[in-house]
Amino acid sequence: MTRYALTRLALLLLGLFVASALIFLTLRVLPGDVAQLIAGVNSTPEQVEAIREGLGLNQPLPVQYLTWIGGVLRGDLGTSLLTGTPVVDELVQKGEVTIPLGLLSMTVALVIALPLGVLSAMRRGHRDGTALSVGAQAVAAVPVVWAGMMLVLVFAVWLGILPAQGFPRSGWDDPAAALRALLLPALTIGVVEGAMLLRFVRSATLQATGEDFVRTAAAKGLTRNQALIRHGLPTVGLSIITVLGLQVAGIIVGAVVIEQLFSLPGIGRMLVTDVGNRDLPMVQGELLVLTGFVLIVGFIVDLVHRVLDPRQREAE
Amino acid sequence: MTRPGWFRRLWALSTGRFGIIVVAAVGLTAVVAMFWTPFDPQHVDVDERWLPPSWPHVLGTDGSGRDILSLLMAGAKTTVWVALGAGLVATALGLVLAALGALTTRWVRESVAVLVDILIAFPVLLIAMMISSVWGGSLWVVIVSVGIGFGVNIARVTRPELRRVLHSDFVLAGRAAGLTPFQNLWRHLLPGVAPVFIVQLSWGMAVAVLAEAGLSYLGFGAPVTEPSWGLLLKDLQAYISVHPLTVVWPGLAITVTVLGLNLLGDGLREATDPTLSRRTAAARIHQPEVIA
Repeated sequence: MTRYALTRLALLLLGLFVASALIFLTLRVLPGDVAQLIAGVNSTPEQVEAIREGLGLNQPLPVQYLTWIGGVLRGDLGTSLLTGTPVVDELVQKGEVTIPLGLLSMTVALVIALPLGVLSAMRRGHRDGTALSVGAQAVAAVPVVWAGMMLVLVFAVWLGILPAQGFPRSGWDDPAAALRALLLPALTIGVVEGAMLLRFVRSATLQATGEDFVRTAAAKGLTRNQALIRHGLPTVGLSIITVLGLQVAGIIVGAVVIEQLFSLPGIGRMLVTDVGNRDLPMVQGELLVLTGFVLIVGFIVDLVHRVLDPRQREAE
Repeated sequence: MTRPGWFRRLWALSTGRFGIIVVAAVGLTAVVAMFWTPFDPQHVDVDERWLPPSWPHVLGTDGSGRDILSLLMAGAKTTVWVALGAGLVATALGLVLAALGALTTRWVRESVAVLVDILIAFPVLLIAMMISSVWGGSLWVVIVSVGIGFGVNIARVTRPELRRVLHSDFVLAGRAAGLTPFQNLWRHLLPGVAPVFIVQLSWGMAVAVLAEAGLSYLGFGAPVTEPSWGLLLKDLQAYISVHPLTVVWPGLAITVTVLGLNLLGDGLREATDPTLSRRTAAARIHQPEVIA
């Protein structure tokens, strides 16, 4: 186990290095003269030179990269070109919207996918099982933006029970209003992600039905469904843990689009705005945090899976 | 595996048939839209604003009097173009990475495998936004980023397949018969991995369609002058409470196209893999892709 954890940790660190280097190189080398970009078209060469000096752009690339990473490790992701606010402060503030949104979305996805996925596998070949499976396939093909629009149409326009857009200015000071503002966005991401997860739960359950220990349990007198629920579902749970990492990435991507649709002041909307403004230090910091988060979740998920799966423990 | 055999098997599957019909319909619409649409999709006519579905505007008009059916048909052109482009980039990148990961010396093989494992964690949308922040958004950005994102996926799936075929008897026989490595690759290896590869490509194109819509909606995809389903959604969003029906069409077009490509991939997999019975096929699902 320790050996596995160390190997996996090395892979994580390598991943973080490759990710940060790719982000750094794409944003730093390719855009041409960043200093000129900041200074604007009407600037004198001296002004441009001053900015270049200030940002450390005169230094060789490896030095620039190490300076950036050194800052990151000390919790300094740089400052915005436009507003001068530290990227970290901005991320923390916007995280108050995006993190609860992500958790809510994940909850919705799990609540939809777990029971219905198992059900659709158990009812395989019956009309309701097929309907569930076909429905999930169809919903998984829906673009998140459009799913959001349709839900707005039903819950905000027709029924008028949830707000169509926005987040209370006072933030979480009024928890009920804040939660209400996040419900529809979370439902949107959760339903689409849930449909994908449902298909996975279904296939994992079907696979479990074929496992030897489930068949043995059935042979010893349990009904097929009893055997599946008591002995098969733990393995289903295990395989679902492995896709949770993927789900997290899906939710982040969903949040980028959905925060735009619902005008939520979160990290996703911030990224869209900053990319539009070409605020490169902001984009660089945001991308690093988001991809780093996905990589770290993947790492944790792999470790948890390893610890929980008795088969893998015995294999060592 | 005989050639007509797999198509007949594909057609016999309900997933495959649905996939073929949808993909053919979208492709045909795109070809027709190159030469003819009922109206000029960008023609603005203030007198004809927000017409309900009626003759001659079958699906009605939008806020500037543009014919929605014509916009959708022209949008299909953009969608097909992006899907094909992304498919091409993904194919090239995927095959090169898979070949590097399977056919070279051990050291290169392992490094490529690790690199692929790392790159796969990058969501396509974030790759696209990273590129957009440098060059600004365009359809090329969508094509390149989906191509990269999905090429890595193709590499991961194709690599073990390539290694399996590499160690098979007919490749060895080819080598013994004096084929050069390149001839062997072309005649035996590529046909051997083709089934796995085509299935991936079909799913990858579904991702491309979703990515185009999502990125165009965010303003980093199609320019406003270009007809696009995602852009249409963005245009119509503000009027959703007044003209809800207009918003339905572009979303439906995207959903059906994506569903068609996904099911085509499912069907192709079942039709080309002789080891896959119906039961195991249901248990072996493709992992959902991370995209808008």
